[in-house]
Amino acid sequence: MRTPSRTTTAAALAAATAIALAACSTPGDDGTPGVTDDTVTIGTHQPLTGPAAAGYSTISAATSAYFAYLNDQGGIHGRDIEYIVKDDAYDPSTTQTVVRELVTEDRVLAIVNGLGTPTHSTVLDYLDEQGVPDLFVSSGSLTWNQPGVYPNTFAFNADYVTEGAALAQYATEQRPDAAICVLGQDDDYGEGILEGVETVIDGNAITEIQTYSTANEDVTAQIGAMMAAGCEVNILGTINGFTAMAVGTAAALDWFPQWYVSSSGGDYPTLVGYLGEDVAPALLQGMVSVNYLPFSPDDPWVGLFRQINDEYNDGAPFTGNTVFGMSVGYLFAEALAAAGEDPTRESLVAALESGELLGNGIVPLSYGEDDHAAYRSVGVTVVDEGVQDYVGTVYSVTSGQVSTVEAEPVPLENEGVPQAPGNQDE
Amino acid sequence: MDRLVFLLATGLARGAVLALFALSLVIVWRAARVVNFAQAAMAVCAVYTAFALTAASGSYWLGLAGGLAAGALLGAAVERGLMRRLPHLTPLPGMICAIGLVMVLQSGLAIAFGPEHRPMRPPFSQSPFMIGGTPVLSPYDLFVLVTAAAAMGAFALLFTGTSLGLRLRAAAFAPETSRLLGVRVPRMVTIGWTLSVATAALAALLLVPTELGLNPHAADLLFVNAFAVAVIGGLDSPTGALLAGLGVGVLVSLTTGYVSASAAPLAVLALLTVVLLLRPGGLFAAREARRA
Amino acid sequence: MSTLLRAALITLAAIAATFGLDPFRNYQLATAAGVFAAVAGLTVLIGLTGQLSLGHAVLMAAGGYGYAAAATAVEDTAPDAAVLLTGLAGAAAASAALGLLLGLAAARLRGPYLAGLTLALVIALPSAANVLPLGGEQGRSAPFLPVPEALAALIAVEQWHAWLAILISAAAVTPLVLLRAGRPGLRMRAVLGDETAAALCGAHPGRVKTGAFVASAVPAGLGGAILAVATQQVAPGGYGLAFSLMLVVAAVIGGLGSIGGAAIGSLLVVTLPWLVDTAVEAVPADLGQRLNGNLAVLLFGTVVIATTLARPDGLAGLLTRLRGARPAPPDAPEPRPTASPTAMPSTNTER
Repeated sequence: MRTPSRTTTAAALAAATAIALAACSTPGDDGTPGVTDDTVTIGTHQPLTGPAAAGYSTISAATSAYFAYLNDQGGIHGRDIEYIVKDDAYDPSTTQTVVRELVTEDRVLAIVNGLGTPTHSTVLDYLDEQGVPDLFVSSGSLTWNQPGVYPNTFAFNADYVTEGAALAQYATEQRPDAAICVLGQDDDYGEGILEGVETVIDGNAITEIQTYSTANEDVTAQIGAMMAAGCEVNILGTINGFTAMAVGTAAALDWFPQWYVSSSGGDYPTLVGYLGEDVAPALLQGMVSVNYLPFSPDDPWVGLFRQINDEYNDGAPFTGNTVFGMSVGYLFAEALAAAGEDPTRESLVAALESGELLGNGIVPLSYGEDDHAAYRSVGVTVVDEGVQDYVGTVYSVTSGQVSTVEAEPVPLENEGVPQAPGNQDE
Repeated sequence: MDRLVFLLATGLARGAVLALFALSLVIVWRAARVVNFAQAAMAVCAVYTAFALTAASGSYWLGLAGGLAAGALLGAAVERGLMRRLPHLTPLPGMICAIGLVMVLQSGLAIAFGPEHRPMRPPFSQSPFMIGGTPVLSPYDLFVLVTAAAAMGAFALLFTGTSLGLRLRAAAFAPETSRLLGVRVPRMVTIGWTLSVATAALAALLLVPTELGLNPHAADLLFVNAFAVAVIGGLDSPTGALLAGLGVGVLVSLTTGYVSASAAPLAVLALLTVVLLLRPGGLFAAREARRA
Repeated sequence: MSTLLRAALITLAAIAATFGLDPFRNYQLATAAGVFAAVAGLTVLIGLTGQLSLGHAVLMAAGGYGYAAAATAVEDTAPDAAVLLTGLAGAAAASAALGLLLGLAAARLRGPYLAGLTLALVIALPSAANVLPLGGEQGRSAPFLPVPEALAALIAVEQWHAWLAILISAAAVTPLVLLRAGRPGLRMRAVLGDETAAALCGAHPGRVKTGAFVASAVPAGLGGAILAVATQQVAPGGYGLAFSLMLVVAAVIGGLGSIGGAAIGSLLVVTLPWLVDTAVEAVPADLGQRLNGNLAVLLFGTVVIATTLARPDGLAGLLTRLRGARPAPPDAPEPRPTASPTAMPSTNTER
């Protein structure tokens, strides 16, 4: 190689540097990202493909349907909400890429309802550094509620520890002498449920603890062990498919204990899909679960969501995921309305921390400056003759203490279109 | 002791399906000297066909037959349409093509049917028989074992006792010489693929009713585990596939039961490593000529 | 020395290119550089010794975990440069160790048997992450390396990470080029051609194959370290079966044995999904919920199949043609000595 090429390269490099510096894009301050005069753009990462899609791909469809409905009603402060859903196939490195793309290319106002603990925890630091509001993370991990470390991150799901504690509390009240066992997923989900159970029941008093891995769609060994140990109440930290599998396997073994299931795995319509309409009502009779979103068949929110589902979501099956997705959409709209006529990232976060947002659950939201958890209380639901409904018991879990509280369902107003505070019709 | 019996029985039932899928990999290896990486996706396509047929007609057996036919057709189509056009001096172009095919098939299925799990009803009860209070095998488990054994017996007979089997093996092992001797090598390769994918479809059809439900990714793990099983048993040996399949099934069951569910893949890896260190060609590998 | 000079020039050109890219593209470039290091190692391994490793993702993960462990150990006490170098040393050590173990096992194994072993390894990674102290599904975090003071006014963080990525991958891949062109490369090709003859000539097949494995494992580990630098995270979910297979796809589509091919392949594998996604988004969104995400995968798979059908030997041949070499007829083997092994019939390949 001729040595002059070294000089040429050096010169080229210098020239390139000069040009680049001239064109260097220091992020110019051209207004709040994601907000124009007539649109607000937000984004999310969801598993739309891959093995995890089966349980979760319907959530973002429901949220999009709600936003379509909202936009038809005029949007928020005259702006339509544009919801960009990017697929990460539940792969953390893909999550990193699509979230960066959403923030730097699509310039979204906020990331809303990012799904998954292993996936979302990889982008926490990045979103924090970039100052992007990270709202309503779709997972029950406690990681999202750390206002001191991640001031822009807000949880949504009632966390796993809360649910485990509530389930255990109900179990000890309903069946004080029963042998209680726990079957959990072998990750933070199962661990969280177990931790919650252990706050109410001493670890030694749990008759049998079993775990399963999603990589192996077979829980025969685990169910067999629990049956042999004489379990009477099984608290499940399982996802819907595995709940069905556990119940079905036990039934095949002619064993019918009581099932207490976390909200992530206790959705009756979905379980019916797995077990079959003919046997599900019998198998799931008396199944206890916990939840925090409107659920009862005659609830006005559920009625509204069904309507939106039929009109804007192609009449897709109406399950717990539908209610979840639309509730998240409603909450964001409420936050946006409270953020003012000219929302910014700061005003959005401030609106959430103000503690004045209500949400649409069976209890009001618990957001505040020091608390980025949405729901600290959950209500108990029971399946009776094919209908899953709240029974009236509501537990609040704070600092490992479970207390019984009254439900305070947030009423449906203005047909589910949030209005700015101070504008509400009385 | 009860627990051991219970776990052993569960392991055998699961292992039979593994063995059958591993057999399908052995077949395609013996016939075409390739490992078909798209085996799982193609088997799942066949299962969707069976599912649709059963839903339309109400008969499990019609669905089963249709699924097998679909698998056979798909195997022949892929071999004729795709694999034949690739150079075969190394297995790599075929492998890459298969990986691309997996993506196409799985996303195609997801677009056509959606990603949700679709539960499939087994034709026999899944309630286990009780022997002395311990649950052992269920009628469905027995059906799986019998079907797998029958398929394996049939293939053993085919490969060792019929002239078609001889031609299949000759075409794979020494294509040029076989051609000279009148064996229609391309046709043998197609037949090998057809039989292989049909067997894989059978294995997947037997497996899916015991899982969460039919979805485009239903056979992914089955393929990976069956590949390990085929390697442990020796890619040339149907007997190896059978014994290794049952063995791995039992190993996974025992590990899940006595250690934890998360440790099972590590146990399989450990078994694989030990076997390959001792016998690099698998347990039942044909003896190779000593070279140096 | 022309190889070193060429490497230096390419590196400089790449660094210069980062000035023209926005932060997201620089991030993609950094990840592509990490993947490139691993694919380069893999393509040399498969191309020159015929050992088909489907588990290079695990070697990358080992490198990533090694980097995270070593770097976080010195994070509080050492300056950033030392943290980076310690981390890289940790990555190289971890991946070399694992590569050695694998290589010792692999030396005795042929084609599909080695493939099966490495496949089982990839499947076992999440399991291992739970059982060993590797942080389970959440993985381990790696230190964030901020832009040094001197350059802080000039470049943004993503560009700085892209620079680091380019430099590290250059350092990882250049030895491979030298290896391939030198005597070790000759020995590898000899062993691939005929093990008995090679043994007679003094190239012990077992040692050569194991050595090749280790030589390909270290760049993979450094690739994992690059990913850890760019993303500050190492988790088993990012090194799954699909990713491992993508590495092989990149190596083969690029052209086995060719480093330039490895570059093409890794760029393709990193940017094509995103390109396809962008193309799909241009399609009206009302075609149905199910198309979202799935259509992109469908198109990507089709491209992979089409590319393999059109050029089974890989795209590196196109590079030669573009450079103005004698246009080779499509079926002839490449004129360069580093041709793919398809040119050499042998009695003991993986068949």
